[in-house]
Amino acid sequence: MIELKNVAYSYGGGELLSDISLKLAPGSFHFLTGPSGAGKTTFLKLCYMELVATSGLVQVFGRDTRTMNRDEIARNRQRIGVVHQDCRFLDHLPLSANVALPLTISGRDTGEEEANLHDLLSWVGLAEHADALPAELSGGERQRAALARAVIMSPEVVLADEPTGNVDWEMSKRLLALLVELNRMGKTIMIATHDLNLIRAAKAQVNARVLRISNRQLQLAGADL
Amino acid sequence: MKKITAQLVAFVKGDKQTIQVVPPSGHTATLTLFTSAAMAFLAVFALALSLATGRLADRWSSELARSSTVRISAPAGQIEAQTRAAIEVLRTTPGVAQARVFTEDEQKKLLEPWFGPDLPINTLPIPQLIEVIEDSTGFDTDGLRLRLSAEAPGAVLDDHSRWRKPLVKAADRLRSLGLISILLIALATGAMITLAANAALAANGQVIRVLRLVGAQDSYIARAFVRRFTMRALSGAIVGVIAGMIAILFLPSTSVAGGFLTGLGFQGWHWLWPFVIPPLAAVVAFWATRTAAIRSLRELT
Repeated sequence: MIELKNVAYSYGGGELLSDISLKLAPGSFHFLTGPSGAGKTTFLKLCYMELVATSGLVQVFGRDTRTMNRDEIARNRQRIGVVHQDCRFLDHLPLSANVALPLTISGRDTGEEEANLHDLLSWVGLAEHADALPAELSGGERQRAALARAVIMSPEVVLADEPTGNVDWEMSKRLLALLVELNRMGKTIMIATHDLNLIRAAKAQVNARVLRISNRQLQLAGADL
Repeated sequence: MKKITAQLVAFVKGDKQTIQVVPPSGHTATLTLFTSAAMAFLAVFALALSLATGRLADRWSSELARSSTVRISAPAGQIEAQTRAAIEVLRTTPGVAQARVFTEDEQKKLLEPWFGPDLPINTLPIPQLIEVIEDSTGFDTDGLRLRLSAEAPGAVLDDHSRWRKPLVKAADRLRSLGLISILLIALATGAMITLAANAALAANGQVIRVLRLVGAQDSYIARAFVRRFTMRALSGAIVGVIAGMIAILFLPSTSVAGGFLTGLGFQGWHWLWPFVIPPLAAVVAFWATRTAAIRSLRELT
């Protein structure tokens, strides 16, 4: 699905990530952890092609991201569901339109998908908020809406950046349950988080691998969790 | 062609969902409309100026070119004899279709604008004028001058070219100034739409980032903006053109004052020309917004 070979990324200042190699197999469940500023978000951005690696090879669905043009990147992003750290909605559109946005931009008839959209909103527990504007939702509701938007196109991979960042433990467990359910449906999941309780809770439910970024390197965390 | 028409219709109708993706923009929309209307209004006048001066130049060069004047200045007693001799020369000159002696009344009328209506013309040593109309082949000016000087020493041939040429030149220059103005108006419209589009793109940075994040292609994002500005420019230009045409329609007519000057307005099928302006404004807006949108999208991955 997504493969990184000896990837390095540096901002103007210095190297943030170096010599990272990883292969995300279909149906796998990964956690990405590490201290704040270690490069978790950067790592995910490399995966969904918002950033281009300074060196090394990033392959998404078998294609070198460097050889993709802008439209190919856009098309490949439709196959990757991203739950952004700060959600990022169109604030002037109601929740239902925001969740259906990937359908709209890919030219699908949202009228036909109306039932699917309703099911999806019920699944994340937001059916009664369908007409609310994003600003009217709580943090947890926004996170769940972002997850719904990420999966509406039935993507092969879901990348979530701190999906439980500003929600309480109960809500975190509900979000995790949604992601585990997606994984059981065959989706590849990668969650960046520094919430160790979340990782422990997940390990009880799925066979999750934990990756840790420290000292610019990506390591497979042991069984200490 | 059918495909292009279908695309055009789809573009004008717009996809409701695409339109909603970018938030409505309130007063900046009104400003774009106003700018477009004002520019179209000015363009109508520039167009009228070009067409009117074009008409003037054509008229001066074609109508006046076919007529000349022979002026006979001689002592009172000889005028009649010399006039007859000159007429005889003109009658036998190939290329002259018609030669006509101006009557006293006609000469009086010509002088009226300068001396008033009650001029005792007979008491003044006014030269006799003969109007010469050429046929399509034209006559040999130098040859005619020689023959006239032999037969009627007081006759002077004036083929109008001396004062006609600078007038035609001035009219031609005015026409090109009008066309340059239209070009400048088009460029200024493009520049202003570009500025407005850049402002809109900057204000909607968050929208564009979200769209890009969920996998929208550049053409989709650009379309949401391009359609908006194109339609605004088009509707503004329609309003401006209609206002401009009404203003021109109510210009006072100059044809009564003298057939020589032609009114600053449209004549006949030239009234159709202003209708070219709104589509042109739409094309300019389309191109300007598209360029601006694509350029700002390039800065995002």
